[in-house]
Amino acid sequence: MAIKQLTVFVENRQGALVAVTDTLAKHNVNMRALSIAETQEFGILRLIVNDEKTAEKTLTEEGYLIKVIDVVGVKISDEPGKLTEALGVLDKAGINMEYLYAFMARTEKHAYVVLRVEDNALAEKVLVGAGFKLITENDVNKL
Amino acid sequence: MEKRYYQKEIETMAVEDIKKLQSEKLVKQVKHVYENVEYYRNLMDEKGVKPEDIKGIEDLHKLPFLSKADLRDAYPYGLLAKPLKDCVRIHSTSGTTGRRVVAFYTQNDVDLWEDCCARAIVAAGGTSDDVCQVAYGYGLFTGGAGLHGGSHKVGCLTLPMSSGNTERQIQFMNDLSATILCCTPSYAAYIGESLKEQGFKPQDIPLKAGIFGAEPWTEEMRKNIEETLGIKAYDIYGLTETSGPGVAFECEEQTGMHINEDHFLAEIIDPDTGEVLPEGEKGELVFTALDKEAFPLLRYRTRDICVLSRKKCSCGRTLIKMAKPMGRTDDMLIIRGVNVFPSQIETVLLNEGYQPNYQIIVDRVNNTDTFEVNVELAPEQFTDKVSEILAMEKSLANAMKIMLGINPTVRLVAPKTIARSEGKAKRVIDNRKLI
Repeated sequence: MAIKQLTVFVENRQGALVAVTDTLAKHNVNMRALSIAETQEFGILRLIVNDEKTAEKTLTEEGYLIKVIDVVGVKISDEPGKLTEALGVLDKAGINMEYLYAFMARTEKHAYVVLRVEDNALAEKVLVGAGFKLITENDVNKL
Repeated sequence: MEKRYYQKEIETMAVEDIKKLQSEKLVKQVKHVYENVEYYRNLMDEKGVKPEDIKGIEDLHKLPFLSKADLRDAYPYGLLAKPLKDCVRIHSTSGTTGRRVVAFYTQNDVDLWEDCCARAIVAAGGTSDDVCQVAYGYGLFTGGAGLHGGSHKVGCLTLPMSSGNTERQIQFMNDLSATILCCTPSYAAYIGESLKEQGFKPQDIPLKAGIFGAEPWTEEMRKNIEETLGIKAYDIYGLTETSGPGVAFECEEQTGMHINEDHFLAEIIDPDTGEVLPEGEKGELVFTALDKEAFPLLRYRTRDICVLSRKKCSCGRTLIKMAKPMGRTDDMLIIRGVNVFPSQIETVLLNEGYQPNYQIIVDRVNNTDTFEVNVELAPEQFTDKVSEILAMEKSLANAMKIMLGINPTVRLVAPKTIARSEGKAKRVIDNRKLI
């Protein structure tokens, strides 16, 4: 059920980020969502892309540190309080969250939230149980 | 002003007399070493030199060299020339077992060493009226013990502060009116900056002189320290292998350090051929300990690049002078007074499960050495969590601190980002301008 997140180590220097996005563009990889966690020295780029296999292959060939991990994608309607509701479900189930980031759908009236939690299966189970719709790799590719 | 010396007879002895004294001592010392140190006896036998071949300092060149590698091979007792029951102390450099130097001292060795430090203190203007603040590290490091002993011999009131705890250093300095400060030049600069920040002007600070060594420093740094603290700053040289600080010391002329030639016979050699170079030529500094009983190294290669000079000194001392060391023939770095070999960093990385792809970057900012180690992260070590990467950096820095005794800033970097030339990475970038 989970979706794939591409994680890339980028040094915190001028041009480092554009080099990654440029490589992806040249190989026709389209980004769906992007988040970056940064420190003074480095950043960790987290990407949801339409073709993570090509992305992983090309970036690895370019010498980047890459890690593909499973994350949970959940669809929530674009209205106040909906994210809180989803997070409340996880909190109640005692699921620890490392980070999250959200992106808007282009056409539909809702948002997608990417969740990085310790236990994907449990998170998916409780979210579905609370009536949330999860997104799949298939959905990502069609976005 | 009347010129003062701690041991005038030696310090102002005619050059011919010093050489005669050295010759007599050398003949005895070679015999002592040959009889008691199997390791060196074997080296002499291999070279076909017998103690009776050494009739004076003109024969010194016949003797084999000792290097850091010999010290490693002979660790810990292989170069000991006295039974342990006659030894009263050890000192040691930091490092792995492979790089560690353990030096042994008899009571007489300690006495002569302290005399050397006393000469340095008197040359810096010290008398029994002075209050001497020793802010070198105490313990295995020779800095604290050497200057502490020298200060006692001069009769100064000795403040055995050890290094660190700058607030307390400043408090004791002011409350007890310390007049002489002994520490590394970078720590002196740090104390000076702290005093300045607290609003002290040079004339408010009781110090009049400082004896600073154990790491390279520039004339610019000297000027800076002298202005901030309102003192005259003197250089001092030594290494654990030869005893510690006090092998050579600066006088008021501040144009090089007088070598205590009655105890240490200095040579300059070509580091590649081992050939002895004439006075005034630049080369590797080599010491022969003439009086040391427990750990008497003969022709020990210091790896310091240096020049010697017999030019007449206005202080009246006739002891030969050495310039500030101008570099090293090996890859040893001196960072905040601590000897660091890149191989030690490598050992830590391998122990902690990292590939030895690293780069050491040293610089000097506000007179204090900065010490960064960049380490390439392997793909299997990469994680998407920032906190985990930061924790890895911290734990690596900690492991390096345990190995080296000083704290580096560790940065994990992407693979193959450390510049490589001819396939070999440049391991050390030293941006300090020390000469």
